[in-house]
Amino acid sequence: MIKNNKWASLYLIIVFILLYSPIAYLIVYSFNEAGTMNQFSGFTLEHYSSLAEDTRLMIIALDTIRVALLSALLATTIGTLGAIGIYYAKRSKTQNMLLGFNNILLVSPDVIIGASFLLLFTVVGFRLGFYSVLLSHIAFSIPIVVLMVLPKLEEMNENMITAAKDLGANNWQVLKEIILPSITPGILAGYFMAFTYSIDDFAVTFFVTGNGFATLSVEIYSRARQGVSLEINALSTILFLVAFSLVAGYYFIQRQQRTKRLTHMDPTNHEKAVTP
Amino acid sequence: MVKQRKLLSIPYYLWILLFVVFPVLLLLFQSFRGLDGGFTLTNIQTYFTSRVYLTMTMQSFLYAFLITVLTLAISYPAAYFLTRTDNKQLWLLVLIMPTWMNILLKTYAFIGILSQTGVANQMLEFMGIGAQPLLFTRISFLIVATYIEIPFMLLPVFNAIDEIDDSMVYASRDLGANEWKTFLTVIFPMSLSGVRSGIQAVFIPSLSLFMLTRLIAGNRVITLGTAIEQHFLVTQNWGMGSTMGIVLIIIMFGVMFLTRKRKKGVPVK
Repeated sequence: MIKNNKWASLYLIIVFILLYSPIAYLIVYSFNEAGTMNQFSGFTLEHYSSLAEDTRLMIIALDTIRVALLSALLATTIGTLGAIGIYYAKRSKTQNMLLGFNNILLVSPDVIIGASFLLLFTVVGFRLGFYSVLLSHIAFSIPIVVLMVLPKLEEMNENMITAAKDLGANNWQVLKEIILPSITPGILAGYFMAFTYSIDDFAVTFFVTGNGFATLSVEIYSRARQGVSLEINALSTILFLVAFSLVAGYYFIQRQQRTKRLTHMDPTNHEKAVTP
Repeated sequence: MVKQRKLLSIPYYLWILLFVVFPVLLLLFQSFRGLDGGFTLTNIQTYFTSRVYLTMTMQSFLYAFLITVLTLAISYPAAYFLTRTDNKQLWLLVLIMPTWMNILLKTYAFIGILSQTGVANQMLEFMGIGAQPLLFTRISFLIVATYIEIPFMLLPVFNAIDEIDDSMVYASRDLGANEWKTFLTVIFPMSLSGVRSGIQAVFIPSLSLFMLTRLIAGNRVITLGTAIEQHFLVTQNWGMGSTMGIVLIIIMFGVMFLTRKRKKGVPVK
């Protein structure tokens, strides 16, 4: 394999610094004694303690997590069943049509999703608030779950299902004992993606949230419009650490699974010679 | 058996109907409704005859184009070099990690960085250029939008380059092409599929970054997204907002058509 020369490495390092400096900037100034993001006058943790006392923000943070956990759970359930439906759609034309519909929400700009959902809720007469946000988050997370689960279904060994049926398993048992276990990594990845989609979303939530309910993104937006407040910096430090540990954990679990799969490979399987 | 599986998928089909098909139809329907609620073509007429709306759309297009070009210019070399590092998957993860940080927080960071006495201006002063008003300008919108979109371009381009078989590169080198020529004739053409999906992933969202235009550009930049948000949530003119939404959807399909997947290889006769 061709290796990078030192200019290439330098370029990568510069991109790395560019991408991380705003985040580092936020984190460093969360410890600033002066209340601004310009001059660093001394180290303090007061912004963290005022963050801890900010009950409004704490409630909003809990609400955000509640919406994310619930919407990811429901989106994963519906999306997984949908993926199974797409996989077993007999004609490839139907399959493509379903996938087309599936991908519309993935490529649509956030404002379109937000505006059209707002229209939907208004026409139906649904009150804006927690449930409208929850429903919207479920709705825009489903397609990513489908995309995560579908490849696992395609990798699945169909003979296992035939064998299970031969041995007398009923449909429910086939689903529970064969299909679901073999697509579990896809389901987990889908849940993870749906969760991060929900946590990160701003635009759609902004449209359908109404007055009484807010998520962190919406709250940060309204606070940032009023100017700099180092409490937001403290909050971003915590959120960054949480996101970082989630992603790192996810990466290592995936890597472990990969190595496990390799070591448990059947020695007589010719695939071993092909797979690195 | 098959019937039962179909039953299980019913929630999914309901979702398609209720949250994919129905909202788009509503948007279309709403764009034919006037402020009084009756059927009218005024929205579409106003949109296509008003200079304000047309310039706004063109500007929005231009900004999205510039953001896409900038992200591509920065991400392509990065993705290319990244495929040649040891432990590339880990480094890729490190570079796309900022996408997991809330977009509002990243935007907020730039409010500090670009402010009158912020780091950017301190550096400009240090270099002898002197402090410039950076925040609430068009340039700042481009900078922040590019920053936010880089990982979305990096990922598909990286995947495309990473999929290229190393032996292709070796073959090209063996046949006497130098590194640059190998890049131009082998790697670049084969990575175009990634560039296409990168453009798709950056251009379309760039049309609708309304929070950036508000927080960073101080309403100096009005994109389609800003205008739609304005019509829906501020002036409550949903008919006009929906019309622009339909325009945005048409642009979206246009971009998707231009960047669609092409069949690989040359057809055999």
